[in-house]
Amino acid sequence: MATYSTSDFKGGLKFMLDNEPCVIMENEYVKPGKGQAFSRVKYRKLISGKVVDKTFKSNETVESADVMDFDLAYLYNDGEFFHFMDNNTFEQIAADANAVGDMDKWLVEQNICTITTWNDAPIAVMPPNFVELEVTETDPGLKGDTAGTGGKPATLSTGAVVRVPLFIQIGEIIKVDTRTGEYVGRVKK
Amino acid sequence: MNWLPNASLAQLTARAKMLNTIRDFFSRLQVLEVETPSLSQAAVTDVHLHCFKTQFVGRNISDKPLVDGAVPLYLQTSPEFHMKRLLAAGSGSIYQVSKVYRNEESGRYHNPEFSLLEWYRVGFNHHQLMDEMTQLLMAILHCAEPTRCTYQEAFLTHLQVDPLSASNEQLKSAGAHLELGDVLDNEDDKDTILQLLFCIAIEPKIGQVSPCFVYDFPASQAALARINTQDSRVADRFEVYYKSIELANGFYELNSSAEQLKRFEADNKLRAKMGLDEMPIDKKFVDCLDHLPDCAGVALGLDRLLMLATEQDHINDVLSFSIDNS
Repeated sequence: MATYSTSDFKGGLKFMLDNEPCVIMENEYVKPGKGQAFSRVKYRKLISGKVVDKTFKSNETVESADVMDFDLAYLYNDGEFFHFMDNNTFEQIAADANAVGDMDKWLVEQNICTITTWNDAPIAVMPPNFVELEVTETDPGLKGDTAGTGGKPATLSTGAVVRVPLFIQIGEIIKVDTRTGEYVGRVKK
Repeated sequence: MNWLPNASLAQLTARAKMLNTIRDFFSRLQVLEVETPSLSQAAVTDVHLHCFKTQFVGRNISDKPLVDGAVPLYLQTSPEFHMKRLLAAGSGSIYQVSKVYRNEESGRYHNPEFSLLEWYRVGFNHHQLMDEMTQLLMAILHCAEPTRCTYQEAFLTHLQVDPLSASNEQLKSAGAHLELGDVLDNEDDKDTILQLLFCIAIEPKIGQVSPCFVYDFPASQAALARINTQDSRVADRFEVYYKSIELANGFYELNSSAEQLKRFEADNKLRAKMGLDEMPIDKKFVDCLDHLPDCAGVALGLDRLLMLATEQDHINDVLSFSIDNS
């Protein structure tokens, strides 16, 4: 297994810690003019999703993690597994509910998602930053309200619930930011 | 357009203005501006400083044996050794604005080459030098009057532990709430523990409103400072912190060649133990020390000073060209 020294640390580097693959989010080099240098690292544990801070002494090493990202098209859910396909090779990967977590509500057929694997097994699924989904349930809007300041909940075709402006009606397609779960706009058909 | 500089024109102007203020300041005090070499046949032994090494391949300019047919030369990590040789030769008070070079240092507050203002005042101790530095800092930063505290007071206030008398175990339990994990738990060098606690728990707390002078560093971190005559547990060394940035390091200068040589040799022994290259001790510097007048000196990082003066977040924003754009 390859190792990384603190001098290799940068955002996006994947490494093993306490038997869990992790990814560096931020790395800050700290060094007193006369004294030991340290790296203060903010990283995300890839399985639990937890964000953790840790300080390393300069030149400490960590093991690399056999973690890869693939951009794959979402196909379908068979009740147990979520199936994705590489549109170039047509190879398929099945991710279980643990890997998908609560991202299932943003999975739209044919959308390209980022699948992260560890030792070839999927551990995380990231949908595109924006998805377009149909509103399947929401209270009828009040006539005359166009500003939509207060908003109302709307259930989307995948089961996701987001706050939308009052003028949004059942059957409309809306654009949602999957990172925040917020309504972005109405999509004209 | 990736040939463009890092700093804006406004930044270049701010730097020029800062340099003018500095030169005016010392001119009024009749402190002499000097220049000393960037390249030297000798190097710093400090285990935490890493020199850039190169070689000279012309005429043999050294009385030492050649290495691979060339003279090894080191880029200076500070102009201190040469400036003290000038002082020992009778220069009187001197200052220098120079580029210095430190390998392995790169980050938000570090660029491997950076600008240093270093000055020495003959007849001053470190407290008098802090007084003078206060005036310069206020002139450049337009800040309120800096505060002062001892290294011991800083630890007692922010970690409720006495850095001078505490055992390693006591220091570790004082820092337990910081949740530093292995890096603290597994460390057995007291100075490394102190430096870690200082970086994480003290630096972000002190000097937030106006700069803070921290003085009386532990004797084990004396570097090139005298040991205090009243309390041998501490050295006559100070540092300046402002808004979580370390700005300067100063000494009431050690003027004993025997003591300095002992410290350099101890550094080299530690280097060997740590698997680092031993460095060629600067014999000419050591020899000058018995002639060094009573003086205090300080080195101030100018890029960081400019970051603070112009409220920039990254050292790259104040450099014409950062190392990754050079």
